[in-house]
Amino acid sequence: MSNVTPPMPTGLGSDLVKGYAVPSGAADELFDKSGQMRPVWTNFINHISSLSADQLGVRIAHGDQYLRDAGVYFRRYSGTSPDERDWPLSHIPVLLHDDDWQQITRGLIQRADLLEHVLTDIYGAQTLASTGQIPAELLAQNPEWLRPMVGIVPRSGYFLHHLAFEIGRNPDGSWFVLGDRTQAPSGAGFALENRRATSRVFSDYFTRTNVRRLAGFFRDFRDTLRAHAGSSSDAAILTPGPGTDTYFEHVYIARYLGLMLLEGEDLTVQNGQAMVRTVSGLRPINMLWRRLDAPFADPLELDEHSHIGTPGLVGALRAGNLSMINALGSGVMETRALMAFLPRIAKSVLNTPLILPNIATWWCGHAAERAYVKAQAGRLAFGSALSTGLPYDRDSGTSAANAAPPPGQDLAAWIDAQAGNLVAQQSVRLSTTPVYENGRLVPRPMTIRVFLARTDNGWQVMPGGYARIGKNRETTALGMQGGGSVADVWVVSDTPVPRETLSPAKGSYQRVPEGALPSRAADNLFWLGRYVERAEGTIRLLRAYHLRLAETDDPEDPSVAYLASYLLGWGVDPTQPIPEALTTEIGAATNCASKVRDRFSVDGWTALNDLTKSLGKLAVTVEPGDDCARAMGVLLRKLSGFSGLVQDNMYRSSGWHFLEFGRALERVSEMASALASFTDPDAPEGCLDVAIELGDSVITHQRRYLVDPNRQSVIDLLALDRCNPRAILFQIDTLHDLIPALPFGRPASQHAPLSEQIEQLQTKLGSITPDALSQAQLTDIGNAMAELSASLTTAYLN
Amino acid sequence: MQYDIKLVLENTYPDATGVARNLIHVMPLHKPGQQALLSGSITVSPRPDERRDSCDFFGNTVTEIAFRSPLAALSVTLSARVERFAVPEPQDAQSCLLEHLGPELKATQTVAPHSPQHFLSASPRVATSPAMTAFAFETTRPGMRTLEAVRAVGQRLHKEMRFDAGATDVDTPPETAFANRHGVCQDFSHVMIACLRGRGIPAGYVSGFLRTSPPKGRPRLEGADAMHAWVRAWCGTGLGWVEYDPTNDLFVAEDHIVVAYGRDYSEVAPLRGVLRTSGAQSSSHRVDVKPLA
Repeated sequence: MSNVTPPMPTGLGSDLVKGYAVPSGAADELFDKSGQMRPVWTNFINHISSLSADQLGVRIAHGDQYLRDAGVYFRRYSGTSPDERDWPLSHIPVLLHDDDWQQITRGLIQRADLLEHVLTDIYGAQTLASTGQIPAELLAQNPEWLRPMVGIVPRSGYFLHHLAFEIGRNPDGSWFVLGDRTQAPSGAGFALENRRATSRVFSDYFTRTNVRRLAGFFRDFRDTLRAHAGSSSDAAILTPGPGTDTYFEHVYIARYLGLMLLEGEDLTVQNGQAMVRTVSGLRPINMLWRRLDAPFADPLELDEHSHIGTPGLVGALRAGNLSMINALGSGVMETRALMAFLPRIAKSVLNTPLILPNIATWWCGHAAERAYVKAQAGRLAFGSALSTGLPYDRDSGTSAANAAPPPGQDLAAWIDAQAGNLVAQQSVRLSTTPVYENGRLVPRPMTIRVFLARTDNGWQVMPGGYARIGKNRETTALGMQGGGSVADVWVVSDTPVPRETLSPAKGSYQRVPEGALPSRAADNLFWLGRYVERAEGTIRLLRAYHLRLAETDDPEDPSVAYLASYLLGWGVDPTQPIPEALTTEIGAATNCASKVRDRFSVDGWTALNDLTKSLGKLAVTVEPGDDCARAMGVLLRKLSGFSGLVQDNMYRSSGWHFLEFGRALERVSEMASALASFTDPDAPEGCLDVAIELGDSVITHQRRYLVDPNRQSVIDLLALDRCNPRAILFQIDTLHDLIPALPFGRPASQHAPLSEQIEQLQTKLGSITPDALSQAQLTDIGNAMAELSASLTTAYLN
Repeated sequence: MQYDIKLVLENTYPDATGVARNLIHVMPLHKPGQQALLSGSITVSPRPDERRDSCDFFGNTVTEIAFRSPLAALSVTLSARVERFAVPEPQDAQSCLLEHLGPELKATQTVAPHSPQHFLSASPRVATSPAMTAFAFETTRPGMRTLEAVRAVGQRLHKEMRFDAGATDVDTPPETAFANRHGVCQDFSHVMIACLRGRGIPAGYVSGFLRTSPPKGRPRLEGADAMHAWVRAWCGTGLGWVEYDPTNDLFVAEDHIVVAYGRDYSEVAPLRGVLRTSGAQSSSHRVDVKPLA
């Protein structure tokens, strides 16, 4: 391959672009065909050339730090388990002039209308199939063409509301479409994060440029979603859950746009009306922005094996009570083979050719096309006809997306045998865009994902995009799994651009009432509170154990052995420096938190992740005894970091009440159990000190009682003291204070058992003396907490 | 011939915990020229909180029911009177040559419910497999009429597969039933569908009823004490669809009453549904199909 080295631009940072060699036969974003730098780039290149390598490095680090703080990462699948990697942002944005952009915009809006037309037909009159404009088998054999949706007219009047197109630039400089994303396109949220990070890297420059802003696009789309929902319903994002690669984006967009984030089990259908299960009972919902693949949405009428769907959801659509964005069944337009037919359909239904062509595609189900494909095979790439994967995409996980004959089989014979299962697409050389590598800019192939949203004013195109960049000069491997990177896209205007925000107008504000809390979210928050508290209890026990082990150096010492047997009773094996049980508890807390990431701060999530990481590191290094006791101290401080964030910073929403309820309930339960054992008159000497240590009350005890610990003083301080946050009665008071906030519109009968249970305990403990509180009564308090947990679950969390 | 049909499906869910929603496919079809539904009713006990009767994509009658509180037991009863008309046995000559089936299929450009296009590729529970496709090729030869091929595959399966009510369950994949050469009518049908599709012959699943007691002098058919299933295969534009019962090795006639057509069992299961249950469930089902004197 010969390279064309463009003439060195004069007066620019010649070091940066030195040796920038555009692969032959490809267009380049930075330089035009004649080797001149495209004017849209000159200011930007001038700017970065004015920076030293160190300065640029510092700025890039700022951008990366932003992404880490925001919790943006991707999962890399290699070997057995996926690992989380830093977000692979290429810090140099792709710059496009507004004039080019207008042409792209016109082409994509035309294409969006075409796709809508086709969907209306194939789920309605089906004339495209009966007139041979779409081969019947491409629908009839297509798992994304959903038979139950045939005949259902979308409530909103449209199938498509949020679309993405993957576009690329031809060697001749023109743009074309590589793929249509109609199912549940991802990337708009990541594009926004790329913008935030990139604008931090070039912060001073960015504010001075005419780069079109993204917020207006999201604002208009959010307003449209709210309008679909109507005044009586929330608007929500329907996600497959934390198991999905794009879950981060679902959380991010839900938070950014103020939408509820729901999973299939949050919903139920009654008489054709979709309802959200909330702590306040069932609430109707009329609008779902669907981010899960359609076949999983309803196990009753679609994929019977789906565990993440809602039975009856198709019925809600049929009844006309639910708008879904995009309509179930829209994903069929991602089918690769359909690209062979869209240009002709455009001519017949729009009476005009496509403004932006799509990648040349031949379906091998017809003899004439097969003959052409066989003759031209060397210039074509093959794929499965019904694949929804994008050409060049290595992230979609559709291994069938690219196909080749088995070794030894003749290509022509293979094409004949595969016939209608096969599509051929032109091999194209994608344009290259500059990437900053080792102090210089180098060209790398790229595609851009562009997002469209249907609003009251028709299709809006996000003025920017999500660029995906290849790892090396080969154009056959885009995507992060293959080591590729992503970049922001700047649409640059010649004139100043408006500074967009999400807010409707300056100066005014509108307070949105808190939406009803989904029961599943409440359940996860409740258990998050419990697991975090339980982990803290375990850590305190382990610290007490290892301190004594270090002091006595004797596992047979009575108090050491007593602690060990108590730990074993909780399923914690003290001979493991970091017992599995502790890892499990923190894992359970993190798991709960991962399902409600839209409900608390990024800092809180980061603190929990940090705890998990520390635990993993300590597990391989710590030794029993002092070392381990110190390690427990470290973990305790990290855990307090999380608890502190929750206590000090979390808005007192209904969700906070459940988290706090879980935390207080668990603390009562832990303390009651510990006191039952460690204040037992039969317990070995020193156990009263253990109890005080577990209650973090060593100094308080010294100051308040002026005696060495005895059973009465310890019970007084740790069970009956209304001022000690470690004491049982203090936490029962806390539970009692939480009760008035809990009903959330439920009838009193439903939460009455809860108040009664708490009040009984409060009365009892409020009047009892330390010597009268027996071990058996302490055990009963633990049992009462189990009953309380069950009552809460019955009342709100089912 | 007229029949009185009675079907009782009974399910118990000892540990049911949540709401239930089901689709019921038990009502015989009204098919001009083949069978007439004279009367029919479905009773559900306990009374569901929701009930909706409608038609699915393939034109089958479907009843959707839902319960809002946990359900310990569910019983569905069908009472129907059906007239089944005698149809002449399909003739080989009416069907196209096997080699012509592909082009005839290409010429059938429609996605209407009974288009053969729906029935050629994998469906939720029936995918082709190399073993079953090889079986279909061994059993047929070029130059055969499509109907001959259907009969040959069906007869050989009937001969090689053992009817065994205890060997499989409703979720047994066809490749397993085929490998072990045993099963019930659902398995016979799924296996035959996979074989025919592998040979390029569109094939679908038919659920229905069989008359319980045979006419005098004829043997009792397998599958008469429960809901039955058989296969339909597309034999070209001339002959169209034929229905063949691989469990009993015959083309269906007056003894078979059609309930529903689908690509496989999953689309026409008598009781399809989602129930949150933490424990075992049990089901029983009784059928009586009596000819009217």
